[in-house]
Amino acid sequence: MAQAGRTPAGLWRAVARGLGELLVTAGLVVLLFVVYEVHVTDLLNDRRQAELAEEVDEAWTRQPAGASVELVEPPLGEPVAVLRIPRLGADHQRVVLQGTSEDQLSQGPGHYVGTALPGQQGNLAIAGHRVGKGSPFLDLDRMRPGDPIVVETAGSWFVYRVLGNPANGDVADPSGVPGLHVVRPEEVGVIAPTPGAPGTAASGAYLTLTTCHPRYSARQRLVVHAVLDGTAISKADAPDGPPGLTGG
Amino acid sequence: MYGWIWRHLPGGRASRTAIALVLVLAVCALLLLVVFPWVEPRMPWGDVTVGR
Repeated sequence: MAQAGRTPAGLWRAVARGLGELLVTAGLVVLLFVVYEVHVTDLLNDRRQAELAEEVDEAWTRQPAGASVELVEPPLGEPVAVLRIPRLGADHQRVVLQGTSEDQLSQGPGHYVGTALPGQQGNLAIAGHRVGKGSPFLDLDRMRPGDPIVVETAGSWFVYRVLGNPANGDVADPSGVPGLHVVRPEEVGVIAPTPGAPGTAASGAYLTLTTCHPRYSARQRLVVHAVLDGTAISKADAPDGPPGLTGG
Repeated sequence: MYGWIWRHLPGGRASRTAIALVLVLAVCALLLLVVFPWVEPRMPWGDVTVGR
């Protein structure tokens, strides 16, 4: 409202100044949101992952070492396994939770409900954020054929190896499953028991990671397929980790 | 807008600066702790799963 004694020109100046201040403020708020998304959620997630790792440690040490623990799908939001991907950092380690809704994914990678469990025949499918929320799969596009992806459960280690993708010039796997590729978001076939062949029975023990692609976008999905290398390695035999993790 | 707020803050320059700083921090805290966590799941770029 115009104050008493204010000229029309003065009024316009006040309106223009107010509008300018509003726009600058909006810009600052958007900037703060970017900082929040890219950095603050990482900090919050680091803390949450440390809590989860402690929880998992406690739960696993309560179980007798080496005992054959029958794997069952845990309730939504409960830890499934611990995932380590040396290519993404020497200390890369994330607790994977059951379920792939934002509730779980904001805490760590999520296990697609109904897909295989570690070591089982079929497809152990895991989704994770690319940027923010701990950025578990930020550099997933750097995975190379043969790279180990190590999954730890209460009693065992499982080493999965990234497959080759002929489209990238690698040696194709006899199963025909490619290693690293980019798909449309609706291509659920990548998490089928045999990746890329929905409706068929499991032809091996696969692991599939999905994240968004390109970075900062959700236009496509980056998908990495790996296959189980050997069999389960008992933690009693390798308390510090399997050869795939310790540099073998 | 900011001029109006500044004129309505009590005290001299020092007290106004202090109160303004507190106001800025309060707004930042409100955004980071309440507004952004609410807005974020409604944004389209956090989708990392296939299907749905």
